[in-house]
Amino acid sequence: MASLKELSAREEIVAPGHRLCPGCGAAIVSRMVTKAAKNPLVVACATGCLEVSTTIYPYTSWKSSFLHVAFENSAASLSGTEAAYRALKKKGKIKEDIRFISFGGDGGTYDIGFQSLSGALERGHRMLVICYDNGAYMNTGIQRSSATPRGADTTTSPAGKEAYGKKEYPKDLTACVVAHDIPYAAQASPSHWNDLMKKVEKALEVDGPSFINVLSPCPLGWRYPGEESIELARLAVETGFWQLYEVENGVYKMNYNPKERKPIREWLEKQGRFRHLFTPANEHILQELQEYVDKKWDRLLKLCSITEEANKTK
Amino acid sequence: MRQAMTGNEAVAYAMKQINPEVVAAYPITPQTGIMQKFADYVANGQVDTEFLTMDSEHSAMSATIGASAAGVRAMTATSSNGLAYMWEIVYIAASYRLPIVMPVVNRALSGPINIHCDHSDTMGCRDSGWIQIFSENSQEAYDNAVQALRIAEHPDVMLPVMITLDGFIISHALETLSTYEDDKVKKFIGNYIPKHPLINPSQPVTYGPLDFFDYYFEHKRQQAEGMVNAKKVIQEVGRAFEKEFNRSYGLFEEYRMADAELALIVLGSTAGTAKAVVDMVREKGYKIGLIKIRCFRPFPEEELAEALKRIKVLAVMDRSLGFNGVGGPLFNDVRAALFGRNAEIKVVNYVYGLGGREITPNDIWNICNNIRDINLTGKVQSSVNYVGVRE
Ligand SMILES: Cc1ncc(C[n+]2csc(CCOP(=O)(O)OP(=O)(O)O)c2C)c(N)n1
Ligand code: SF4
Repeated sequence: MASLKELSAREEIVAPGHRLCPGCGAAIVSRMVTKAAKNPLVVACATGCLEVSTTIYPYTSWKSSFLHVAFENSAASLSGTEAAYRALKKKGKIKEDIRFISFGGDGGTYDIGFQSLSGALERGHRMLVICYDNGAYMNTGIQRSSATPRGADTTTSPAGKEAYGKKEYPKDLTACVVAHDIPYAAQASPSHWNDLMKKVEKALEVDGPSFINVLSPCPLGWRYPGEESIELARLAVETGFWQLYEVENGVYKMNYNPKERKPIREWLEKQGRFRHLFTPANEHILQELQEYVDKKWDRLLKLCSITEEANKTK
Repeated sequence: MRQAMTGNEAVAYAMKQINPEVVAAYPITPQTGIMQKFADYVANGQVDTEFLTMDSEHSAMSATIGASAAGVRAMTATSSNGLAYMWEIVYIAASYRLPIVMPVVNRALSGPINIHCDHSDTMGCRDSGWIQIFSENSQEAYDNAVQALRIAEHPDVMLPVMITLDGFIISHALETLSTYEDDKVKKFIGNYIPKHPLINPSQPVTYGPLDFFDYYFEHKRQQAEGMVNAKKVIQEVGRAFEKEFNRSYGLFEEYRMADAELALIVLGSTAGTAKAVVDMVREKGYKIGLIKIRCFRPFPEEELAEALKRIKVLAVMDRSLGFNGVGGPLFNDVRAALFGRNAEIKVVNYVYGLGGREITPNDIWNICNNIRDINLTGKVQSSVNYVGVRE
């Protein structure tokens, strides 16, 4: 991986002056991801906070070429661009080696954009798809998405007298993506920037589709002070809510295994969206969440050892 | 060269000659034949297109936009529900001023589901900012496909173009048509030099920013101007085409209109049958003519009003319904064109052929009789009429 010195010498692709909230995870993630790229980029973005806040006409924060078409189709649109690039390369009309990155929020990737994502992965386009997962439809005012954690209070899964917030557990998008048998898929967090950027470098090197699901804290939607974003991202990892792992050609690898996982409460209690869980009536939800995290963690460890073993005996 | 081809094959043949860098495909009857044929061309190395088999029409239109914005020629094709499923993205293609060409094989929109021809699909996006050019037969579908790129890519236009052909009636019928040599077609189309390609690392661009009330209006205004300019360009390209290939194309075709007092207006394949009926009715002494609209968007308002100057009764034949409660879409456009220009003319709507319902020469004969009666009595019984439907 590039040294800090090298990284700091690289041009910033996402220029300052955008309108994302102070402390926005998506801002940090998009900067880190684009900084990890050595080649010229074409970036596509789904409708959402990142897109609307970085491209307010006549300004743009993007120093690379940038394409936004709609909410659900960044992967499909970029498929066309990548195919056009291949055509131009074949004809010798373009010399540079360009890389293609698609950004989408969890809404644009887990939900409405899921089909177009799946199609792009299946067709094998050489592009990196980044989901910045802030766990809700933030841009339209914090509505629940299929990535929203169980128990979160959102505007469409509000906590109330009879409700403890979102009922369902989040969809495991990374697992869905891995099921496409693409060369590289991973989960990352801006708190572990080194890990994140290394993953981006790897993903951009594979000759085919790659995917990284990046946890992106959102001060507005998660309800915490903006300066705590990285701390919250770190706590999500330390508690095991967000696991850092990668799947290279089907082999799972845990990238970070804390000696002692912190209880999930420590992450939850720092966020306004979970405040209502800390009442005697909702105590059982906290417990269930802890069991859920533990189960997921064990499953992941097993996947790591099984797939590593299977790979050895190949 | 004379070749026997279906309408779908004729369009695929034009696409082969165009050899676009990217084609995105998703099957839907009756369009499927175009992309299957094109897939053969790809498989046999007769084109060097990147052929993308997509997960839906929504994605097909998205990928076509991604490719066109990248700076290459990009095409897709669809019908009916496929077009409806693209709808959101169809608008975006036009607003990004991307010169995409898309054959649309007209088919009734669901529901109820129906695979046969009417124009409800393309009518649904008649104001999406796409140029719409209708074809009477395979020859025209082929010729229109060849002309479409030059229209779309004209610097004064820069708008996507739909070329339509009637489902099954044209798409699946075998016809003999004249095709032109590859190099002649290539020369006619010329090279495409994109103005603001996404793929150009030395000059990055942003497509699709957030455009608030401070600029959105200006951009839409400019887009509208492109559509206005298209009228002139379609005629210019039509003339250039005639010079090169000896077939003449304009905004619409006038058939026996010089001395006509009565007239029919039609779109698409019905024009062929209607011309034959006009000939027969002429023999009975009716002064009748026909106008076949080729360029439906932009709508040739002024030119049409001029061509209808001497007409007393006009039958507008719509192969789709408008649910505005006042007749079909073509009828509404034609009436608007005449408003303030020709107050004397009586304009009557005949809705026909929905969901592939046959339109017979006899049906058209009846329409001719009907407008003759209106001319004689001066009375319009009903301004919207349904032809060939059980009431
Ligand atoms: C087809 C369509 N449906 C709905 C919307 C409205 N919309 C715009 S952004 C957005 C939510 C985006 O959420 P997410 O993808 O999670 O990104 P975030 O805003 O959190 O960054 C929605 C619902 C839209 N633009 N297009
Ligand atoms: S609402 Fe959340 S995701 Fe959106 S800009 Fe603000 S912090 Fe970022």
